[in-house]
Amino acid sequence: MMGLAGLYAAQFRTSLATMFQYRAALVIWLISQVLDPVIYLIVWSTVAVAGGGSVGGYTSGDFAAYFLLLTVVNHLTYTWIMWEYEYRVRGGTLSAALLRPVHPIHADIADNLSSKVVSTPGILLATLILGVIFRPTFHFAGWTVAAFVPAVALAFFVRFFVEWTLALASFWTTRVNAINQMYFVATLFLSGQLAPLSLLPPAVRTVAAILPFRWMVSFPIELLQGNLTPRQTLTGFAAQAVWIGLGLLFLRLAWRAGVRVYSAVSG
Amino acid sequence: MIQPAIHTDGLTKVYSVSQRESGMAAALASLVRRRTEEVRAVDGISFDLAPGEIVGFLGPNGAGKTTTLKMLSGLLHPTQGALTVLGHVPWKREKTFLRQITLVMGQRNQLVWDIPAADSFELNRAIYRLPRADYQRTLHELTELLELGPLLKKPVRNLSLGERMKCEVAAALLHRPQVVFLDEPTIGLDVTMQRRIRAFLAQYNQRFGATLLLTSHYMNDVEALCRRVIVIHEGKLLFDGDLASLVRRFTSHKTIIVQLETCPDDLQAYGEVVSCEDGLVTLRVAKGETPRVTARLLADLPVIDLTVEDPPIEEVIERVFAQHAAEAQAGEAP
Repeated sequence: MMGLAGLYAAQFRTSLATMFQYRAALVIWLISQVLDPVIYLIVWSTVAVAGGGSVGGYTSGDFAAYFLLLTVVNHLTYTWIMWEYEYRVRGGTLSAALLRPVHPIHADIADNLSSKVVSTPGILLATLILGVIFRPTFHFAGWTVAAFVPAVALAFFVRFFVEWTLALASFWTTRVNAINQMYFVATLFLSGQLAPLSLLPPAVRTVAAILPFRWMVSFPIELLQGNLTPRQTLTGFAAQAVWIGLGLLFLRLAWRAGVRVYSAVSG
Repeated sequence: MIQPAIHTDGLTKVYSVSQRESGMAAALASLVRRRTEEVRAVDGISFDLAPGEIVGFLGPNGAGKTTTLKMLSGLLHPTQGALTVLGHVPWKREKTFLRQITLVMGQRNQLVWDIPAADSFELNRAIYRLPRADYQRTLHELTELLELGPLLKKPVRNLSLGERMKCEVAAALLHRPQVVFLDEPTIGLDVTMQRRIRAFLAQYNQRFGATLLLTSHYMNDVEALCRRVIVIHEGKLLFDGDLASLVRRFTSHKTIIVQLETCPDDLQAYGEVVSCEDGLVTLRVAKGETPRVTARLLADLPVIDLTVEDPPIEEVIERVFAQHAAEAQAGEAP
């Protein structure tokens, strides 16, 4: 266990050192992370105002609160692994990783977390400034704030394991971009990035809850904004736990099968 | 009996490669039915390497060298045949196995591009769980042997190709692997750097008793490092033995170099004249004739200096392949 902690610490330092080499890229990436939710926020606030002050129970202040929280939660749970894997498989860097006596996922987790350490202050600052401009209406309560922290942590792992597993499609096909695009469209709608899930038709809401999408982004925001009862919150945690378990299971199976394909044809 | 460090028996790798004619019709046809062809990249090769041996693994491009190295290091699953390295089955990639081997592939990087090599080394220390004291000692030795001192603190992307290769080699050896696979370790390097890497590999082998299997297009690498060579061609093993006997077996001629005052006219009487410039004569003579021709030259001409050499190793290897191709053709003929 100490060895793994040492590995994470070393990987963490390496990732930080690498990121600091690309400060400009980091800033551009931060802007893009903030821009999407701001656009949706402006659109929905305008719709709310035009609709006589609210849409589906959301006032423009509620929309502001939702999308600002979305910016933070999306940032904290975001991964870029699906964009990277094809390059690793075709470019041969995966071979180097396979020859090391440690599963490559550890490097990715450490890498992702270290990037969050660097970029989160920037995201929080941006959110704060946007808060002054858009005047959000928050509905925080003591217990929801406390429950929000594990909800975001679990959401990170749900998203991470799901996306890491999907990224492994690179072992089988060179056309992973099509798969990625499909997944990102699904995420946009079903994880609550385009609009709060409660504004979507019931059928879509059900799909979002059965699949992992709601538990990756929307759930922590719903919780913090006081939309959930303690019972619904516990159910949410259970759903996250189930998806982490399933995610790990799929990941393990896909990894084994993928490496078998890799070692049969390319290496 | 000492257990071999590497053991292969009938090692075979068959790839299935999709085939298609050029043109639109063929493209459409391939949508419905894909034609695949089996390519035997490695075809039933068997050899053992004793612990501490350095062996050169030779063959033209596409002979199956890299495929073999990938199977030995665990990146590729053999289609057939037995294979163990340090008693492990490589493709299972057990951690105890991976901690004892390394594969250095030409330009493939162990190193993180944007940060100094020293930081990548530190990451490798954590990956291989090396005790701090051992790591420091090895790093110190590698730094000394490869003269890495001033390079360690520069970002890898700012290093020259040769400097980067030295750092790559060091990163690959920090965990002191017992078996080292090297695929073209000196490719693209200048002569001085090639020599330095070579000297280093010999020292590493001596100091740690490690087994080295290396492929190289530079015969100087092979001559300097390997007493034994394994030659493969089209996936098949052509020769396995010491370099000297390879030369003996596949050379029918020797080269006699004679220094005279001038170039005489009747040199053809002694053998095939390869060149004659300013009295420096190069003659190609059948191996069995060499003693007689040498004696005649010394008796007949005012010789200033005379040497007898085997042909360059490149030429020998070429002959090995040429002979194999001729035999294959003869086998096919009715």
